[in-house]
Amino acid sequence: MGLRKVAVVGAGMTKFVRRAQETGRELAYEAAKMALDSCELTLDDVDAVALGTAPDAFDAVHMKGEYLSDGAGAWRKPFMRSYVGGGTGVFAPIQGWYHVASGLFDVCLVVCEEKMSSCQPHPQGAFLTIFDHTTERPLGPNLLWIFALEMNRYMQTYGLQKKDIALVSVKNKRNAADHPCALLGDPNITVEDVLNSEVLAWPVQRLDVSPVTDGAVAVVLAAENVAKRITDKPVWIKGVGWSLDTAYWTNRDLYYPKYVEYAARMAYEMAGIREPRKEIHVVEPYDPFDYKELHHLEGLLLADKGEAPRLTAEGVTARTGNMPVCPSGGLLGVGNPIAAAGLMKVAEIFWQLRGEAGKRQVPGKPITGLAQAWGDLMQVGTVIILGIGG
Amino acid sequence: MTAKIKEFPGVGLRESDFTERKVLFTEWKPNAQYAWDAGIAIGRYLAELKEGRIIGVHCHRCRRTVVPPRIFCEWCFRPMDEWVYLEDHGVVNTFSICHVRWDMERLEEPLIPAVIEIAGASKGMGILHLLGEVDPKQVKIGMKVKAVWKPAAERIGAITDILYFKPVE
Ligand SMILES: [Zn+2]
Repeated sequence: MGLRKVAVVGAGMTKFVRRAQETGRELAYEAAKMALDSCELTLDDVDAVALGTAPDAFDAVHMKGEYLSDGAGAWRKPFMRSYVGGGTGVFAPIQGWYHVASGLFDVCLVVCEEKMSSCQPHPQGAFLTIFDHTTERPLGPNLLWIFALEMNRYMQTYGLQKKDIALVSVKNKRNAADHPCALLGDPNITVEDVLNSEVLAWPVQRLDVSPVTDGAVAVVLAAENVAKRITDKPVWIKGVGWSLDTAYWTNRDLYYPKYVEYAARMAYEMAGIREPRKEIHVVEPYDPFDYKELHHLEGLLLADKGEAPRLTAEGVTARTGNMPVCPSGGLLGVGNPIAAAGLMKVAEIFWQLRGEAGKRQVPGKPITGLAQAWGDLMQVGTVIILGIGG
Repeated sequence: MTAKIKEFPGVGLRESDFTERKVLFTEWKPNAQYAWDAGIAIGRYLAELKEGRIIGVHCHRCRRTVVPPRIFCEWCFRPMDEWVYLEDHGVVNTFSICHVRWDMERLEEPLIPAVIEIAGASKGMGILHLLGEVDPKQVKIGMKVKAVWKPAAERIGAITDILYFKPVE
């Protein structure tokens, strides 16, 4: 395709907290500065900035990208903001990738920020407006509805029980106990805790969900020749993919995320991956709800349809399993500042492949990993594949 | 890198920090009002709801009948060919039993949102609506349900002209 090789060379993140004292701009600065420091670059070395952040309505600042741009290090630089709902955190680095792969820029700083707690009494109030204003919003929808409807359809299709799905929440919250930035890590949580938590919108219970969180994450991308000067451990972006399904969400069968499959196939093809189950060694699928990790593993073709719960029960997806899934702790454990949560997954794969994930490090020296995010009206899939060597 | 870093920035606050005004903050209430045009397809859909009918559209090329209606087929990317009256009953494709309001306040009676596949449309063509006159414990995927309409005089051309869908034998 005539594209240049692009590497991730640095990463940084803030703690994920329920309410950050820092403003969104301050959070963006902290993550961006840490990412630059981690690879010993300064803002002068950055040619362009790609920023991801979710609805403007969370902060009631229209054109939030421009508002955050100073904190993201974009002063007098080419700057672009992307937004595809929850898919943003993996879409922003894809955008950074094509900035560099195209040959236009050598170094691109990618920053994702989310401050959800500003929106009172609950950020759902802003997010509710994803429903169609004429045919759906008069019914008084609740944002949880669409997830509950999708989860119920998934459970019904494969005859799953709540306990089959609760295992995901337990795994991820336990993994997050080892993450220094995690809001919701809990080394002792059990399936019973999840099953006994408050029912919000059946089948969704309190501990099936990742709650409102604030935070920011940043990564530094560099072209091949530059990356090799910056670090002797570049992590290459091997493939990217993204796809959008119809907004007529009630006309789709909600049991399977076809748009994730389309995005994954695009990324696998670019990365030259033919057998993803053998070639992907560590996975960070999007898990704002526990069933979504399962849904997404199937959409990513890493599990047969309906089989992801069995892989979880058998420990295949545990940090020490054959296919570690969300070793970071995921959104369920680390937290869910929407766009930042997606980029956290990319950063986690970066750290895992470099062997720098500390207590979270998966065994077996993984060389290829995948991060994925999802969002909008349950309709977007974004996928990025990272690898070392080659 | 995380293995080497000991301190991550980010200061978490508690609800009480706000209620007890321990930190500085500022508040604002938006007052945004909108008036939307329903458009050609949804305009007709609403007008038919006012008459107590559900209408969809059919594409000759992909042979789909879809609801809610649109003027173009998003698959074929060409105009839809005809309007089709559908039944006011259907099958529950999926549902939830929701105990919280949008602002997370608890509800006394749960709401039962559902995707209802409308009879007369192609398989899988559902709309979002609510279920009523049913014990939440009795709701099942695959259950047949029928629209309960507002009295004709009270209908205004809105999705709420259907109060809810109730089970049929
Ligand atoms: Zn068609």
